[in-house]
Amino acid sequence: MRVTFTVNGSRESVDDVWEGESLLYVLRERMGLPGAKNACEQGECGSCTVYLDGAPVCACLVAAGQVEGREVRTVEGLADGGRLDPVQEAFVECGAVQCGFCTPGLIVQTHALLARRPDPSDAEIREALAGNLCRCTGYEKILDAVRLAASRKTGAE
Amino acid sequence: MEFLRPLSWEEALALRAGRPDAVPIQGGTDVMVEINFEVRRPGALLDLNPVRELAEWEMAEGRLRIGAGLPYTRLIEEVGDRVPGLAQAARTVGSPQIRNRGTVGGNLGAASPAGDCHPPLLAAGAQVEVESAAGGVRMIPAEEFYLGVKRTALRDDELIRAVWLRPAEGPQHFSKVGTRNAMVIAVCSFAIALHPAERRVGTGIGSAAPTPLRAAEAEEFLAGELAGEPAWGRSLPDGLAERFGELVGRAAAPIDDVRGTAAYRRHALAVMARRTLTWAWQDRLAGTGRS
Ligand SMILES: Cc1cc2nc3c(=O)[nH]c(=O)nc-3n(C[C@H](O)[C@H](O)[C@H](O)COP(=O)(O)OP(=O)(O)OC[C@H]3O[C@@H](n4cnc5c(N)ncnc54)[C@H](O)[C@@H]3O)c2cc1C
Ligand code: FES
Ligand code: FES
Repeated sequence: MRVTFTVNGSRESVDDVWEGESLLYVLRERMGLPGAKNACEQGECGSCTVYLDGAPVCACLVAAGQVEGREVRTVEGLADGGRLDPVQEAFVECGAVQCGFCTPGLIVQTHALLARRPDPSDAEIREALAGNLCRCTGYEKILDAVRLAASRKTGAE
Repeated sequence: MEFLRPLSWEEALALRAGRPDAVPIQGGTDVMVEINFEVRRPGALLDLNPVRELAEWEMAEGRLRIGAGLPYTRLIEEVGDRVPGLAQAARTVGSPQIRNRGTVGGNLGAASPAGDCHPPLLAAGAQVEVESAAGGVRMIPAEEFYLGVKRTALRDDELIRAVWLRPAEGPQHFSKVGTRNAMVIAVCSFAIALHPAERRVGTGIGSAAPTPLRAAEAEEFLAGELAGEPAWGRSLPDGLAERFGELVGRAAAPIDDVRGTAAYRRHALAVMARRTLTWAWQDRLAGTGRS
């Protein structure tokens, strides 16, 4: 089947999509957008997190046909041209990235958290990131990065 | 496989009737796991997302009608204060990403004994609105909806349209035991709803029998003990919460499995029942929780 939707601001059509395929597969294997990662395909790890109509979701659990006519934003769509999003910058600066597999999902989820709550408490950060697993960092530097991004965001406003 | 995209409820019902091999999909948080892991290969997916009204809620006839496709996140934000028990349960489902997609309708459709919506729906005396093109609308009380592990009263040509429940008339609480605080399927769970006007208490037990169920004997015991008018305005008599907990534990029919033993589940249920009753009663005496 053909699926037409908006991805990172541009309207795209993809052909020959299998009806049982996930949005994650379409993004990675058919559209050349490998930012969202495939680690568990069962909603447990959050590494495939993308925005669907403004809400962060696990792309592995969205059927491709369900995005027809809708809007998807992936980690590739966060940077402004060559300029990284402040959340991305903070992850780099804090050393919140080791193997990097969890990073795109954490970045999108953090981006969504700060859009909703620019100055989150630690408890709110932990709650927001509860569905994103990292096997490398031990999370401390990820929390640092979220706090740094938040402080810059609130500082700038 | 085919992908069916009805744009209206009527069209969805017609497709459901004509395609017995189609699997409805809403948030996909159960369905897609099964497809990704090749547990299921349905002839078609019937996408209910385009039927926009399913993702809405309204007040009708003094009751809240929650569309089967309202994601948990919106349920919590938009009607959580009116259905605190269900909202507490919804907050424990999966992760934020799962709650942005998962729905009460999907939880009912999946009918896992561990589904978190079931205990608060039972405790609140909710009804499930289902419909088919040929048979019209049926209102099924939650306690008659669950027939077995992943089996429900839903007929092959029916779809779930909404759940109906009265806005809380008294305090409600939900409690769940699991290995961590997020992303966890319940080892067992319990919900309580006080119905002060009727001098009655509603209960729901999850993940401790083939189906979610009410603890009928515990409900009757409490209603009997608290029958007198003054009792509802005073502290709980000594030992009452403990006895209530025991009866709840006894109502369950748990099994030993990887998540816990039957004995542990009975014990945990008794503890949760005692605690949630105590919390609910404190709310009541403090005048919070809409009593
Ligand atoms: C990582 C993860 C964590 C989870 N954690 C929890 C948890 O903590 N607690 C919990 O209870 N659940 C949990 N779940 C399971 C799931 O998220 C819930 O059951 C959710 O409510 C399903 O809703 P959905 O809209 O995504 O359902 P879908 O996957 O779209 O559908 C589920 C079932 O219901 C049927 N169905 C859906 N809508 C209708 C309808 N309108 N009429 C008839 N049938 C219908 C479908 O055919 C399917 O059989 C988790 C799942 C994942 C992946
Ligand atoms: S790949 Fe989607 S949550 Fe793990
Ligand atoms: S950096 Fe390797 S999984 Fe998080």
